[in-house]
Amino acid sequence: MRRVVITGLGMVTPLANGVEATWKRLLAGESGARRIETFQVDDLPCQIACVIPRGDGTDGTFNPDAYVEPKEQRKVDDFIVFAIAAATQAVEDSGWTPTDYEDQIRSGVLIGSGIGGIEGIVEAGYTLRDKGPRRVSPFFIPGRLINLASGHVSIKYGFKGPNHAVVTACSTGAHAIGDAARLIALDDADVMVAGGTESPVCRISVAGFAACKALSTSFNDTPTAASRPYDKDRDGFVMGEGAGIVVLEELEHAKKRGAKIYAEVIGYGLSGDAFHITAPAMDGDGAYRCMQMALKRAGVSAADLDYVNAHGTSTPLGDEIELGAVSRIVGDAAAGISMSSTKSMTGHLLGAAGAIEAIFSTLAIRDGVLPPTINLENPSVETAIDLVPNVAKEKKVKVALSNSFGFGGTNASLVLRAFDG
Amino acid sequence: MSDVAERVKKIVIEHLGVDAEKVTLEASFIEDLGADSLDTVELVMAFEEEFGVEIPDDAAETILTVGDAVKFLEKATG
Repeated sequence: MRRVVITGLGMVTPLANGVEATWKRLLAGESGARRIETFQVDDLPCQIACVIPRGDGTDGTFNPDAYVEPKEQRKVDDFIVFAIAAATQAVEDSGWTPTDYEDQIRSGVLIGSGIGGIEGIVEAGYTLRDKGPRRVSPFFIPGRLINLASGHVSIKYGFKGPNHAVVTACSTGAHAIGDAARLIALDDADVMVAGGTESPVCRISVAGFAACKALSTSFNDTPTAASRPYDKDRDGFVMGEGAGIVVLEELEHAKKRGAKIYAEVIGYGLSGDAFHITAPAMDGDGAYRCMQMALKRAGVSAADLDYVNAHGTSTPLGDEIELGAVSRIVGDAAAGISMSSTKSMTGHLLGAAGAIEAIFSTLAIRDGVLPPTINLENPSVETAIDLVPNVAKEKKVKVALSNSFGFGGTNASLVLRAFDG
Repeated sequence: MSDVAERVKKIVIEHLGVDAEKVTLEASFIEDLGADSLDTVELVMAFEEEFGVEIPDDAAETILTVGDAVKFLEKATG
């Protein structure tokens, strides 16, 4: 099969707009969590979220006008705006903006979202109820559909190759990158813009996830302490918004044009728990098989892993099940493995999580430094695996694995390796 | 411009994000102001909302310029 490398990165996160600004804050152990101020929360059990710092674009703030005209923003939900912004960064970073038809038809887009435009659906529902069908906007449907993130990016850059979208809850971002890499490996495209995006921070989402008992509720007065994977006081995840997008490229294609190569995508695993709609299977078998498949495809052993970016959402059940599955797969090599949850800082970006975390894994490879798991004061279980508590640490990373698990029992793992020619 | 024309102009500027000086009575929504077919549907809805009238689909199809809209709405509200 053809080899696939990462040649462009882009992201909008609750820490900052942009890859380098986010990475800097991530390594500093900063949290993007804060009290929600954009809608009523006093009657919600969870009143916090990790939200993108909006502003004029300076100091890491996100100015959507820099990426999408205000009149176009009005027609779409934020998840599409975030995707366009992150994709713009990634494409510019890669330098791949073909104008030739033959190049364009070999360039595709595969961006997913876990939920899509839920807020816009709610608003249109009110309009339909209160004002009738003649007031439902012609932009209602195209502004909410999940694959319209891919659609907008393809239109912006003329990418006429495979145009696809993934919807696998919190595994979306990882599945999107894994599937896109496959399309390149199988010679259906030479370049794919891939990743995930999510704009879930709205009243109905908080109400819905809170009803599933998935969200943190004990830290409304101390938001930055709420996302605390592996810590004994963790009580649920903190919702986050944003997007992560990578440019994937066939190795020879990238070399031929002298592209900067961040890392190689060498493994991808997928599995189903076949257990419960929201709860992870207690035995961690789905997670285990998923990692096993990714490692097998990568042709590396678990002992070769230098870094694992955990799914680690800070839920009471999930963190320990994943840790158990990772412990099982690495066996005696546990002491040499570092695993952190960057969700302790970014919150849980749902469909975008796997994408931003694949990017963090890529940057760990690039810079030889591991982002920490913050708020890890009292681990709930003992493990020989280094959970990188609270402070980033230097470590040469040759092989990294990123896990993502979603509602419905859907699991995805990506294995990335330093590019060595 | 008449009161109706001013209100139409305001809606067009807001929805299409165009400069005020481009919004003349002769300006075509699609040819001159960069609208697509969905934009024109939304514009008609905004006119209905603003003026409290119903614009049937066959009438909407004849509203191609700012002037067409003003003429229709002056008649409908007059």
